[in-house]
Amino acid sequence: MTHEGSPLTIGVLALQGDFREHLHVVSSLGEKAVTVRRAAELDEIDGLIIPGGESSVMDKLSRTFELAEPLKAAIASGLPVYGTCAGLIMLADRILDGMAGQQTLGGLDVSVRRNAFGSQRDSFEEDLDVPVLDGESVHAVFIRAPVVDEVGPLATPLGTLADGRVVAVEQGNLLGTSFHPEMTHDYRFHEYFVEKVRARRA
Amino acid sequence: MSDSTPTSTTGSSLVKRGLADMLKGGVIMDVINVEQARIAEDAGATAVMALERVPADIRAQGGVARMSDPDMIDEIIKAVNIPVMAKARIGHFVEAQILETLGVDYIDESEVLSPADYVNHIDKWKFTVPFVCGATNLGEALRRITEGAAMIRSKGEAGTGDVSEATKHIRTITKEIAALRHLREDELYVAAKELQAPIETVREVAATGKLPVVLFTAGGVATPADAALMMQLGADGVFVGSGIFKSGDPAARAAAIVKATTFFDDARVVAEASRGLGEAMVGINVADIPAPHRLAERGW
Repeated sequence: MTHEGSPLTIGVLALQGDFREHLHVVSSLGEKAVTVRRAAELDEIDGLIIPGGESSVMDKLSRTFELAEPLKAAIASGLPVYGTCAGLIMLADRILDGMAGQQTLGGLDVSVRRNAFGSQRDSFEEDLDVPVLDGESVHAVFIRAPVVDEVGPLATPLGTLADGRVVAVEQGNLLGTSFHPEMTHDYRFHEYFVEKVRARRA
Repeated sequence: MSDSTPTSTTGSSLVKRGLADMLKGGVIMDVINVEQARIAEDAGATAVMALERVPADIRAQGGVARMSDPDMIDEIIKAVNIPVMAKARIGHFVEAQILETLGVDYIDESEVLSPADYVNHIDKWKFTVPFVCGATNLGEALRRITEGAAMIRSKGEAGTGDVSEATKHIRTITKEIAALRHLREDELYVAAKELQAPIETVREVAATGKLPVVLFTAGGVATPADAALMMQLGADGVFVGSGIFKSGDPAARAAAIVKATTFFDDARVVAEASRGLGEAMVGINVADIPAPHRLAERGW
């Protein structure tokens, strides 16, 4: 990747989940990748990725370690954030079928249904058309994945399954996918996110 | 899925190994009923292992240990949102078929249960549901991966509360991986022979410096410090069996072990998490267990 200017610093929330895979993608795109587990670390980053994992665990740990409120404030102030799978749940304003008392950071005007496809034996791979990304379709990996049940007026769907269910969405500086581009070699969603981060820094 | 298109695929290695990736940095807890499953989920478990008796009780009560009652597994699946795992006996592919039908998210082909076959493990490629298997060394891990395991856990010695075997096994696996890194290409053939594993997998491990699947650790973890020790030794996450629900205050201990697993490299957090947990499980020293009663020696 070539790009103008100095590398961006992109944090990956490292409370639990596949954060190492995201760190690897960010580094391979030529940007600086750092883990985020503490509120103070938010001051050092230009953008944040919330990885796949268990959303109820991330919710619990982010509140226990006093990261949830600073994260909400950062999102409100325009920090670009990309959430995959559990990360999408964390960014959703509304959660369906969550654990009792489960909270999200919010930001995306959507309702997200947790484990929308069933148990692990229903996890799947499928090709998606994503018009905002140039070129061929995206090979998407869904693992006990959530789905966007309802897209509010402030959010925009970016990709749908063949049956029309929304699995990729954006709203301003926020981006969310039900699936895991970090598990494939197609990093166009990360590049799309990095462009948002670069645009904001400029 | 009735609504899938022809391009939709289930049960691929990517999808099977992928769920283990999502569990990384987390704690998988043994539970024997709905109440315990809810406590585990509320404490921040990334998954629960549904079984009828925790290893400490299997050890104390003896007898043949088998797959759990489907009713109990169904109830736990209904009670929690996080992934539910369940154990099948080594080589008992019909127990595995039943567990797949029940819709568990992962099957543990486990030495904690009494083996059903002392020659063959389950052919795990035949299943859509992924499998985790135990290993005491790299060769054993690679043989399980060759049979289709999508996740490995070092065995430790289940039901003891003695972390020494877990330490030994995770150190053995990581040391053997490191040793492969230093071999010449033409030396890998002998390494494959000694590991009793396919050359292709041995080459992959030598090139990448890690297993092709996620590596958790298990067997004897009883405290936040034990969990952090496993993480510092290179585990991707931990299984805690008897250590939680055989302790004085399971909810507090479970939450503390979750914190220590995330902040495994921050001694202040681990210290804080270690305070006021009440009694740990009493435990039994592995050295006091006669070799024929050691569970880690089941499987090969």
